[in-house]
Amino acid sequence: MTATTAERQQPIVTKAPPSLLSRTFNRWPIKLALLLIVILWVIPTLGVLISSFRPAALVNADGWWTVFTNPGANEWTFENYRTVLNAEGFGNAFLNSLSVTIPATVIPITVAAFAAYAFAWMDFPGRQWIFVTVVALLVIPLQMALIPLLKLYVNFDLNGTFPALWLAHTGFGLPLAIYLLRNYIGSLPSSMMESARIDGATHFEIFTKLVVPLSVPVLASFAIFQFLWVWNDLLVALVFLGGEPKVRVVTLALRDLNGSRGEAWHLLTAGAFITMALPLAVFLGLQRYFVRGLTAGSVKG
Amino acid sequence: MATTTDRPVSPPQPTGDPGPEEPKSNVTTHLLRVGASLVVPVVAIIGLYFAGTVLLDADSNRVVVVVMALIVGVVGVFALYWAMDWVVNHIPDRHREKVRPFAFVGPAVVILALFLLYPTFNTIVLSFQDGRGEEFVGLDNFVRIFTNSEYLVAIRNSVAWVIVVPLLSVLIGLAFAVLADKLGRKGEAISKSFIFMPMAISFVGASIVWRFVYSFRPEGFGEQIGLLNGVLTGLGAEPIAWLQQEPWNNFYLMVILIWLQTGFAMVILSAAIKSVPEEIIEAARIDGAGELQVFRKVTIPSISSTLVVVSTTVIITVWKVFDIVFVMGGTRFGASVVAERMVTEFFTSRNSGVGSGLAVVLLVAIVPLMIVNVKRFREQEETR
Repeated sequence: MTATTAERQQPIVTKAPPSLLSRTFNRWPIKLALLLIVILWVIPTLGVLISSFRPAALVNADGWWTVFTNPGANEWTFENYRTVLNAEGFGNAFLNSLSVTIPATVIPITVAAFAAYAFAWMDFPGRQWIFVTVVALLVIPLQMALIPLLKLYVNFDLNGTFPALWLAHTGFGLPLAIYLLRNYIGSLPSSMMESARIDGATHFEIFTKLVVPLSVPVLASFAIFQFLWVWNDLLVALVFLGGEPKVRVVTLALRDLNGSRGEAWHLLTAGAFITMALPLAVFLGLQRYFVRGLTAGSVKG
Repeated sequence: MATTTDRPVSPPQPTGDPGPEEPKSNVTTHLLRVGASLVVPVVAIIGLYFAGTVLLDADSNRVVVVVMALIVGVVGVFALYWAMDWVVNHIPDRHREKVRPFAFVGPAVVILALFLLYPTFNTIVLSFQDGRGEEFVGLDNFVRIFTNSEYLVAIRNSVAWVIVVPLLSVLIGLAFAVLADKLGRKGEAISKSFIFMPMAISFVGASIVWRFVYSFRPEGFGEQIGLLNGVLTGLGAEPIAWLQQEPWNNFYLMVILIWLQTGFAMVILSAAIKSVPEEIIEAARIDGAGELQVFRKVTIPSISSTLVVVSTTVIITVWKVFDIVFVMGGTRFGASVVAERMVTEFFTSRNSGVGSGLAVVLLVAIVPLMIVNVKRFREQEETR
């Protein structure tokens, strides 16, 4: 450590910089270890991807790795995807998932952004303790809300509808969204707000024309986090959509397929890939926001 | 709380009504405020409900349904706020600026109260009531949870998950972050994204991926098509029914979550490692410290708070894991966990007492960890 420098007073020996050859050579063990972990991490998904494009008969006859060991005996097909999308209802489920996920992402962001602006830049009685309550709600796991909410939904006949899911996800996502946005919006320069006020802008105008455009990074991070969260969610969909086949989302469809045709691996692998396609595309396309969103998500209850 | 008191500047004062408050207007202002808070969510819920039923009937063309859902969900909510603002602009000067904040913050408050605050209290109450939520039974549900072997197994397994999954995903994530740091820029980015990719996959999807890896066929049902049993038979060994091997199947299920969470740990730890000042590391090296010593004595202490946050976040995820055990059918082979029991208890056994009790157990396990995370997040935001 640094403190020991003074004590020892060693003469600094200047080592010759390692040659390029030895540097590359030294890195071999590291590269090998990394490669090993990467292979371990990728192989399970690779098996699913390959199997989803193999005919049913071949998937059942031998392991997917025979594609590499005996490539001549293999055939490729889109038939599994055709079956899963149409006969097994994954096509509809995909559209249902979009219908659930997009509003369940936009509604909490909108509601939270307005609230965050009020918490940061408006004066009203109870502002402090309401915000403290929001922070406190961050720590509540959503499992605490499921049973009473289901009872409420049954009473109002909302169960098995998209709005039921939109509202539930809005409620579960709001504390985090308000918290993140309040921190961000509150850190915008006050001089800017004041001069906008002096120019005669209303709060609504300041919010839509100034605050929202300036908050795009934090809005995008939260949007990606919430989008993936809702898209990948099974629990909330299972509880509030239940067995209604018309509104089934992809995670439910995959779970049903797993239950009804648990050994039909040519279909299960194709179904799994359909549920993964969009999140993976989001991940590959928006990796930077994706990581930031997940980091912020560490405070979601 | 510090978050609100340490605000840099006071908000701009409302300019609409600088005059002194008139006592008689308080009631009206108050009513208008409540109204402003309630109108948006109530109109929204009713609107959503009708839109929802229409959406459900029109099951012939799903594309229309998606477009409608987008319009209602995306444009509708903003339109409601816009309409609220229009209404606020048309109430008398005296009240206007006092009511306006409630049009902004009210809907969030109502939704939070209805969808989080009320259910939380209700769940706590239900946990002290019988299975149908009719009579108070004192601590009966909790006594049952902590004495009945069915729940004790779930608690035991959850505790094992909470120890094993965070430990392994943080260790592998840390090792990978440190090693990848020594690669070139491009190599590092590419290798890291492979490990991180599973984070994008749903727990159900991941469960299917791994069920395939663990797939087992009994004698006479054809070749082994699961990777692990393929390797075993290739080496001349007997195939194993992995998911039915108590108690080891617990660990095989944990592997799925480790596979999912390592990327998260790795990315965050990697960022922390990179933010350790180069001078400190150089100084240690000049002092003659070897790479391992530098890592143990300099890097680890510098990233300790990040290590805590990553671990607590993974632990929270672990406590709440439900999908993996549910999809893999773990319950049948002694691999249930608390969050999965909670759902099964209420939604198959219809016992809201024990179900709520298990939810409260989760709450008690998670809240301290969440407090650590929120505190740490606040410090980080303050120093930004």
